[in-house]
Amino acid sequence: MSSNPIVCAEGVVKRFGRLEVLKGVTLDVHAGETVCIIGPSGSGKTTFIRCINHLEKIDGGRIEVNGHLIGYREKNGKLVEDTENNIARQRCEIGMVFQRFNLFPHMTALENVIEAPVRVRKASKHEAVREAEALLERVGLADKRDVYPGKLSGGQQQRVAIARALAMKPALMLFDEPTSALDPETIGEVLQAMKELAEAGMTMIVVTHEMGFAREAADRVVMMDDGCVIEEGTPEHFFAAPSHERTKQFLSKIL
Amino acid sequence: MIAAFEWHIFWDRIFHPDHVFAQALWRTIYIAVAAQFFGVVLGLVSALMRMSKILPLRILGGLYVLVVRGTPVIVQIFFIYFGANLFLGFDLFPRTIGFGLFSLSGAVVAGIVALSINEGAYMSEIVRAGIDSVDKGQMEAARSLGMPQRLAMRRIVLPQAARVIVPPLGNEFNNMLKTTSLLAFIGVYELFLDADIHYSATFKPSEYFAAVAFWYLVLTVVWSVIQAWIEGRLAASERADRLSFWERVRSAWAPVPDRLWSRGGAR
Repeated sequence: MSSNPIVCAEGVVKRFGRLEVLKGVTLDVHAGETVCIIGPSGSGKTTFIRCINHLEKIDGGRIEVNGHLIGYREKNGKLVEDTENNIARQRCEIGMVFQRFNLFPHMTALENVIEAPVRVRKASKHEAVREAEALLERVGLADKRDVYPGKLSGGQQQRVAIARALAMKPALMLFDEPTSALDPETIGEVLQAMKELAEAGMTMIVVTHEMGFAREAADRVVMMDDGCVIEEGTPEHFFAAPSHERTKQFLSKIL
Repeated sequence: MIAAFEWHIFWDRIFHPDHVFAQALWRTIYIAVAAQFFGVVLGLVSALMRMSKILPLRILGGLYVLVVRGTPVIVQIFFIYFGANLFLGFDLFPRTIGFGLFSLSGAVVAGIVALSINEGAYMSEIVRAGIDSVDKGQMEAARSLGMPQRLAMRRIVLPQAARVIVPPLGNEFNNMLKTTSLLAFIGVYELFLDADIHYSATFKPSEYFAAVAFWYLVLTVVWSVIQAWIEGRLAASERADRLSFWERVRSAWAPVPDRLWSRGGAR
């Protein structure tokens, strides 16, 4: 594992009204690492990764990706929110896969994948199509390039969504419970695609309830509860001998 | 005594329309199309204003919709056409206004302006409902791919909102075709004024007004056929259940249970 951190989150605080959802989350993720975040619902896992690409504003702390402060600029020692265009540029480096896929329903699988490279990266259409075809091939959906999302299964849609995020050549991929909305029989194909991606050296943060995936594919497992990281470690340590009482309880309930 | 309905006058207006009538018909059509077009543009702009992060824009957009929807169209038409003269002492709309390739009478232009402004307020509500109907996840997905908000709105949200906007838009245009008749009151020679003038000359109201009603009906029926075609085209790309043109027409006339459970109704 190399030592340069891709993600550097420091004391991240997030409030929804009076409710404090993140109470100072600190986490470093290194290049090529796959980190799984687990924890009970309401623990702030999803909110935390949404902060990493600034889909949520933060109320305290700071997040850096690739050495760049995300969503904010430093002005006289204070953080002020960055401009829409700068934030958009930073998001190009951060791919995200959503629980509910969020494919664009008015575009075919291929059009979904080439949309951002062509419109945002200003890639030539020809080039973008070539790369998109390669990505669809990689997730096993080369034959679905001209199909609209409405005619794809959940698992297929999620794999297109992974290809769509990869098309921007991100340095980091965020997965927000990518298999929670899937039928049991299609979960495997999505996890397989994610495993291959992890093995290929992508830096990934995965919020998941799939303990099997965490055990096999993660370099590190992070347990969150009530807005805090309460324990982290290698999967071997984590599943065999968790040290925190809350982690033991949680694992005993879901394993 | 009730006068007998003179059918020959009625049939004559329908089967032998004169040249003046044809011009009035054409004027009705292009005024409605122009006013609807600018109404959609105004509706889109004001809907986006009302969703803006900037408070004054939100207030401005909100006031526009509030005032325009809260006052009668005929009053708006009068104020637009005569207002500048009444309050400021000059004519905003001269007798004829040239647009390079063609020219229009001032009353026609004032009519188009007034109907556009009126229509824009209603379209604003429709556009906003359309944008609201698009899943929030769509905007998030677009932004997570590095698309700035404007680009995401244009490429991802609005095309999906369009599907929701088009059916009520069709309704609005149907209304617009008939609302143009109010422009007769500022002297625009369109279908209704044509009928009104014939009535004044002959004192045969039933014949001429029944005939002009028939012509409005023709306009709206033609429009509903065009509308069914457009909706079919829009739905085609996404829906597994593609309806042919005739299936759409038939489903519009089907009894309720059929409409709810047939391929046309359930989504």
